[in-house]
Amino acid sequence: MRLIWSLVFILMVLTVGSALCTDETPSPPATIVVSDKGSDDGSKLRVEWSPSPDEKSTNPVLRVERYRIMRREIGGQFEEVEEVFVGEGMEKGKYVYIDSNLQLGKRYIYRVYSVSEKDVVSKGYAGGSGVPVANLFNVERLNVLIFIVAFAGLFIYFYRRAKGGVELYVRPIAGLSAVDEAIGRATEMGKPILYISGLSTVDDISTIAAITILGRVARRVAEHETKLIVPNYDPVVMLVEQEVVKQAYLEAGHPDAYSDDIVFYITTRQFSYVAAVDGIMVREKPAANFFMGYYFAESLILAETGAATGAIQIAGTDAVTQLPFFITACDYTLIGEELYAASAYLSKDPLQLGTLKAQDYMKLAIAVIMGIGIITATFGLNWFQRLFVAR
Amino acid sequence: MEMVWITISALLTLAIFSFLYKDNPIYKFAEHLLVGASAGYYFVIYFFNSVKPNLIDEVVKNHHLIPLIPGFLGFLILFRLSRKYGWLSRWSIAFYIGTGMGIYIPVAMQANIIEQLRGTMVETGKVGEPPLFNISSFSLLFSDFNWHNLILAINGPILIIGVLCTLAYFFFSKPHKGALGKFAKVGITFLMVGFGASFGYTVMARVSLLIGRMDFLVNTWFRQLFGL
Repeated sequence: MRLIWSLVFILMVLTVGSALCTDETPSPPATIVVSDKGSDDGSKLRVEWSPSPDEKSTNPVLRVERYRIMRREIGGQFEEVEEVFVGEGMEKGKYVYIDSNLQLGKRYIYRVYSVSEKDVVSKGYAGGSGVPVANLFNVERLNVLIFIVAFAGLFIYFYRRAKGGVELYVRPIAGLSAVDEAIGRATEMGKPILYISGLSTVDDISTIAAITILGRVARRVAEHETKLIVPNYDPVVMLVEQEVVKQAYLEAGHPDAYSDDIVFYITTRQFSYVAAVDGIMVREKPAANFFMGYYFAESLILAETGAATGAIQIAGTDAVTQLPFFITACDYTLIGEELYAASAYLSKDPLQLGTLKAQDYMKLAIAVIMGIGIITATFGLNWFQRLFVAR
Repeated sequence: MEMVWITISALLTLAIFSFLYKDNPIYKFAEHLLVGASAGYYFVIYFFNSVKPNLIDEVVKNHHLIPLIPGFLGFLILFRLSRKYGWLSRWSIAFYIGTGMGIYIPVAMQANIIEQLRGTMVETGKVGEPPLFNISSFSLLFSDFNWHNLILAINGPILIIGVLCTLAYFFFSKPHKGALGKFAKVGITFLMVGFGASFGYTVMARVSLLIGRMDFLVNTWFRQLFGL
């Protein structure tokens, strides 16, 4: 028995050895196409090659296990970019590799070698070159465009209706009916109103919503001739708020009551800002505190200090992690989208009402799409899910 | 020297903590120091991390003229100081908000709507993965009824109900009455459960921050001060 096993072993060694000695190497891929990836900023190339005929070879020396992709720039040396294993990243019977982080307009030369299970690299290779090009339109995000166009269409429709005098219904939001109550209370008590529009920048949607609400609050404050305090975290937000508050005072017929000192900058350091605002709360003792916009870890410190001073507090944020603290420590809280709805509800401005209505019907459409998606996914129909893949 | 800085740091921590008793001159001092130092610190940071490398160095050293355009827009902000030409600063603000929105809207549409939509259809959000409403997990539950299989089966449907009902809560065009009202009520219940969990988790993290500060006061400062 031992003799038979020894013979088998010798035979195997001889077979493998003879293959190695005969300079046999796996066949390289038959064809290669290097092309611009498309729908990108000109930093990617698509390398596509056909499988080597030796993928199914019975000889382990020749049987292709992976493909080695080499790349060079003109005048440079070839460097290994990636190794793609057999069966990986195949599209319609061909291997596809997307090479990224390339320079726009530069020519790149590629070689794809076959590598066998015994690490024998093919002598030949499939070679090609390509130049990455920037594209104006990203086809892979066509679904994003469709959603935006649908939303814009709904918005235009409702905007026209609102502007044409049709009364668009918006359900009452608990926190908003308290805004006038809070301003009235401050006026009666002869105490100021503190308004904070979050700790985010002006390009944040929640900050913009907070600024819009500030416009409305400032107008009411000006009408009641109450003191308004608007400490700021971000200097650009401060500039915008100064404009908004100035305009509100003008519209209320009290332009002389406006002063640049109403809206002022503190610092762009989170806890320094909080320390300063807490100081203002305990010294000025505002009758009403408004916390609108985006907040971080400071939310509870602000809301707790405000609650301790006995102020009526109205908060509104789309910062999911901070909402629990406002709900706990404030009298009223606008949750997430209620913050965006608030400005439309308060102003009754056709532009904002149109946006709010468009959002509502978009949500309805999303719920329907979601329902269809859940049903199709349950029955294994994946084509519907693919409609919602955006890169 | 290190001990001096540790002591300053500890005293400032205690000064801030004194606010827990009431507003007092020591807290006011710490507050003003913190605000003043941070404002000055950020001015320097912004200058050396933004203005110098992106504008001054680009123009002077690399002779790139494009950064002059944002530089000019930034300069227009300074016209806020002038009553007569203050309106010029609005150009910069309009440009900033306009470009910000233009960049943000498609990203928000993709990340907050399209990706979430897919995530509600399939478990991991990847095409072809098991659906969120998975019939096979129900068959598994009926063939082998146990706690694990029960959770596995109802997890997806609960998520679907939660998402749809929460969407109903944020529907502003109809009053929350009748069927919509009931859906909205379920939605706000889901939200509150989520907020409760988040509250507990964050409070736990805050307590650990307090422990860290106490550890500094007791183990770093107090022990070193008295050579314990």
